[in-house]
Amino acid sequence: MTNLHTELKESIIEQLNLEDMDPADISNDEPLFGDGLGLDSIDALELIVLLEKDYGIKLTDPAQGKEIFVSINRMAKFIEENRTK
Amino acid sequence: MKKLYLLDDAIISPLGFSTKENIKTIREGVSGLKIQQRPNITKNPFFAGIIDETLLNQAFSEIGSSEKFTKLEKLIILAVKLILDKNKNLDPTKTALIIATTKGNIDLLKEPGGFPINRLKLSELGKVVANFFGFAQTPIIVSNACISGGLGLAVARRLGNSEKIKNAIVVGADLVSDFVISGFNSFQALSTKACKPFSKDRDGISLGEAAVAIMVSTEKPEISNVISLIGDASANDANHISGPSRTGEGLYKSIQKALKEASISAEEIGFLSAHGTATVYNDEMESMAFQRSALQKSPLHSLKGFYGHTLGASALIESIITKHSMLNNEIFASKNFEELGVSKPLNVIQKNEKKEIRYALKTASGFGGCNLALVFKAEKQ
Amino acid sequence: MSNQFHIQNWVKIKNGKIFNSEKLIFDSTEKELNLFLKACYDFLDLKYPKFHKMDGLSKMGILASEIIFRKNKPTEDIALVISNNASSLEIDRQFQESTNTFASPSLFVYTLPNIVLGEISIKYKLQSENAFFISENFNVKLLKNYTESLLVSEKASEVLCGWLDLQNGEYDVFLCLVSKEKNIPFSEENLKKLYCAENDKPTH
Repeated sequence: MTNLHTELKESIIEQLNLEDMDPADISNDEPLFGDGLGLDSIDALELIVLLEKDYGIKLTDPAQGKEIFVSINRMAKFIEENRTK
Repeated sequence: MKKLYLLDDAIISPLGFSTKENIKTIREGVSGLKIQQRPNITKNPFFAGIIDETLLNQAFSEIGSSEKFTKLEKLIILAVKLILDKNKNLDPTKTALIIATTKGNIDLLKEPGGFPINRLKLSELGKVVANFFGFAQTPIIVSNACISGGLGLAVARRLGNSEKIKNAIVVGADLVSDFVISGFNSFQALSTKACKPFSKDRDGISLGEAAVAIMVSTEKPEISNVISLIGDASANDANHISGPSRTGEGLYKSIQKALKEASISAEEIGFLSAHGTATVYNDEMESMAFQRSALQKSPLHSLKGFYGHTLGASALIESIITKHSMLNNEIFASKNFEELGVSKPLNVIQKNEKKEIRYALKTASGFGGCNLALVFKAEKQ
Repeated sequence: MSNQFHIQNWVKIKNGKIFNSEKLIFDSTEKELNLFLKACYDFLDLKYPKFHKMDGLSKMGILASEIIFRKNKPTEDIALVISNNASSLEIDRQFQESTNTFASPSLFVYTLPNIVLGEISIKYKLQSENAFFISENFNVKLLKNYTESLLVSEKASEVLCGWLDLQNGEYDVFLCLVSKEKNIPFSEENLKKLYCAENDKPTH
């Protein structure tokens, strides 16, 4: 687990108001949407904002979100490959 | 339950500063949507129906001083004035005023423009309008997302039924503000093209602004041709605060209840004015609810290709156009419709037609999971 | 006709205190809004994680509804008729602020006063009539007339109605449950009395 994984979990917990959760509660390959963490469509939109705000990545097509936000691992990989901050 | 008779109305919008002008523009197929750029909000262009401020101030200067009123107040006052000018014997001290708006003077949040901060309050907006005309009763202000304009009619009917009010002026109004543009942009819900309700490659809304007003009464008027509201119902989806129920649960329930109250069946609906915002989800949900309600054959349109989504005004402006369609036996094409892009069959009107309509249905849905169905009847002697 | 309907229960949340029709339920020393709301949530042991994503108005609406519904289970067709003065201005300002950097969709979603009705509907699975009104002050005439019109026309067999206001971190909540069963007559006078009552003791 890299710093990015922990940092991402901390940001998600804060941005999405996941009260009473710590990074240790989110596993790296647990599904973020549907079963798993149970995030919804508004959370997905907030994650798109997070990508731009914290990592300078602007998604050209918001539908890409479906592929990227599958899990922490997938998100971290995408960020490593595309970050401009 | 009593009927609510729909009397004179006035529409102030990019399509014209009177109902007559609006209907003419719609009949000619001319949309009010124009391309807009707000680089401080989004690098993408988008389409919106925005009222020219110079034209507005010109029209308003004949009745008041432009600097003393906000853009929205001027729009509302112009609309109400048109009605009062045609109904000189209407007594504002005995007439209820119902104002439906989602965000009121929200443009003042970013640019106060010299107005006191309390003008952000919808109750203050109500006072300004009431005081201009001398309405004695405190205005009833309905703020219930995008069903507000139609809910205002339902509120008038419901209070009228209990004899708490008899005559009312119902207003629906909202602006295209940076606030709302930013919001819908953060939802990725703004199309970069003019919106295409129910179409295959629809990809979001176009915004719009308007102020509309209509005089209503529970007392039957002496004219032979009048449209009445005979059924109204609203039901929450209880599903999600910003996404509609996939099965159209709340809308379906609203339609069933409204039809039952009107004592008519779905087959008798000769025309359906849908909400049709052109988001992928809304239009799909509506098609579900319409199919479940056996309305797939009723000629249907969305007016959002002409006006854009006028938020709190939308259900009222669209009800008024429905009223005139019924009075004039004509139904209008669903602007910007190309190929059907929802999973249930719908009878989308593709060119203007002459049609006699006995009963029409207006539906609306909004954030917070709210839905509304209104049944109108053409009362012909 | 005038005393056809009755108030079954009510909830008042003001100045750190929560009352229902029987007693003082909770008394908190928390002055800051979010801390107060969290204290109420913990006290009620709500176990509803979505709560933490909500804006102040929705949180208050959920807390107030929970107090009422714990004593009186809602009917399927219970109408929600709520009003306030500030609309959603509290969260509107926060959203406006976010537009200076990155507009937040999770703030924008709450920038309508009726969203609280949606949150209540979702939690208690109510597919029923909603209406949100804005007025300068608690308008007993409008609430009584509109609530009654829904009950008389049978569009609802009971109504949760009242006032839910939040401005500048100050809250003022008064909701009551109205239906046919004989109890405190649902009148403008009684609504006003209950809303204005400051003391700890139940007023009947």
